[in-house]
Amino acid sequence: MDALNQLPLSIAAAIRSLFGDSHSIWADLTMDVINIILVIVLIVLAALILILLERKIAGWTSQRPGPNRLGPHGWFQTIADALKLLGKEDVTPAGADKFIFKIAPMILFALPMMTLAVIPYGKGMSPIDLDLGIVYFLAVSAVSTLSLLMAGWSSNNKYSMLGGMRAVAQMISYEIPLIFSLLGVVMITQTFSLSKIVEAQSTVPFVVLQPLAFVIYLIAGIAEVNRAPFDLVEADQEVVAGPFTEYTGLRWGLFFLGEYGNMTAVAALTATVFLGGWQGPAILPGYAWFFLKVGIIIFFQMWVRWTFPRIRIDHLMGLAWKVLLPLSILNILLTGLGIYIYDLVLRIGG
Amino acid sequence: MSTIVFFIFAILAVAAAWGVVTSQNIVHSALFLALTFVGVAALYVMLNAEFIAAVQILVYTGAVSIMVVFAVMLTLRGDVGESSPENKKWGWGLFVAGLVFVMITAVILTNADWRILPGPWTIQNSTAALSNLLLTNYMIPFEAAAILLTVALVGAVILAKGVRENK
Repeated sequence: MDALNQLPLSIAAAIRSLFGDSHSIWADLTMDVINIILVIVLIVLAALILILLERKIAGWTSQRPGPNRLGPHGWFQTIADALKLLGKEDVTPAGADKFIFKIAPMILFALPMMTLAVIPYGKGMSPIDLDLGIVYFLAVSAVSTLSLLMAGWSSNNKYSMLGGMRAVAQMISYEIPLIFSLLGVVMITQTFSLSKIVEAQSTVPFVVLQPLAFVIYLIAGIAEVNRAPFDLVEADQEVVAGPFTEYTGLRWGLFFLGEYGNMTAVAALTATVFLGGWQGPAILPGYAWFFLKVGIIIFFQMWVRWTFPRIRIDHLMGLAWKVLLPLSILNILLTGLGIYIYDLVLRIGG
Repeated sequence: MSTIVFFIFAILAVAAAWGVVTSQNIVHSALFLALTFVGVAALYVMLNAEFIAAVQILVYTGAVSIMVVFAVMLTLRGDVGESSPENKKWGWGLFVAGLVFVMITAVILTNADWRILPGPWTIQNSTAALSNLLLTNYMIPFEAAAILLTVALVGAVILAKGVRENK
């Protein structure tokens, strides 16, 4: 079990030992390139699996079979869809702002690459172990709104524009509770580093100590990845497909990859901060626990998506500003009081 | 090595800033501004100020999208492609910018003690050091800034929403 647990680290050490000096700049560079490739593979794999899973869960919740034609139980459906996307014509609308139109999907795809690179997938298995993990994650994922707005604005289409505007309006409302809900954990652990936060959860995961923050983060996280019931940005009955309306072929595919990558990233952060990351009983290796927890969060997001109707945009703003924000501030206050009382008890007891 | 990286990001920031002022399209200007902020954030990272860099991206680059929304909403011209034409007042702009530059340079050159730390930065965890400084030595300016921002926020809400007068 221990060998299996350490397998990725042993592989990394083996690759490093191919170089004369295992900590030379070339060894570091090689490892960085391998890490980047692994993160990209993770996003693509996640998108392939999650799109199928989403359609299966959609079928399950609405009591229909879902995709079931291609391959056993329809498992190859996404691969066929991806191949179909590859063959589509790349259309740029005549009135589009061409350069912005073309780089917007690339930016949205680059963001989950940057955020997933700081997640600890196992003990000592963060591709990049940043001291400021949480702040970096939040900062980078805040840029996704900009890319949606760029796509919406540059498409020269009123539905796209409306979708982009909605992305901004939505971002203003959910972002503050999203950030504040993570502060409680930072206050307890006294660090922004994701790997240290996971290590602090060896006895009890923070979902037990911070249940309120966990619920706030889950709700705000769904708003961040623009999924139902907060999918106002791409609400197909109202604004066709929002910022993605004019996109075709691979550029649209990049948006899709970016969206599912973002969803994976938010689920990974939830698992890391609240569910104990790779910590778990030794019956499974750490990274298996991690992906299991991420899978549970993603399943929850999909379940919510196919259960609740879309809420109106003013209701979303009301929810975020009048309910989630006061609750997250209350959570910070309670956490501070809790830490103070805990210290007091320790001082009296010790 | 770090000199090369510095020049890459410094040139990026300056070139994007040039784009901000010369672009005819006001939305392009705002997007160039986002690029400038990213370049400056990279320079902050090189100065070991990772927290400032992250806040720079979180607060400024992320908020540029809000600015674009305002730029689009408040643009009166029919064609956004010519929404930010040049005007004849560049002389005044040059004068004010030059004045600010001279002021900042004067402060840096004449005031030997403008750095908080006497020597080069050696602390590993700059964020912890920063928060310690903010909540000990610079407690009052920090809280004053917080109160000022809250007042501004409440004032903005009142301006937008209006006050119901009690008779």
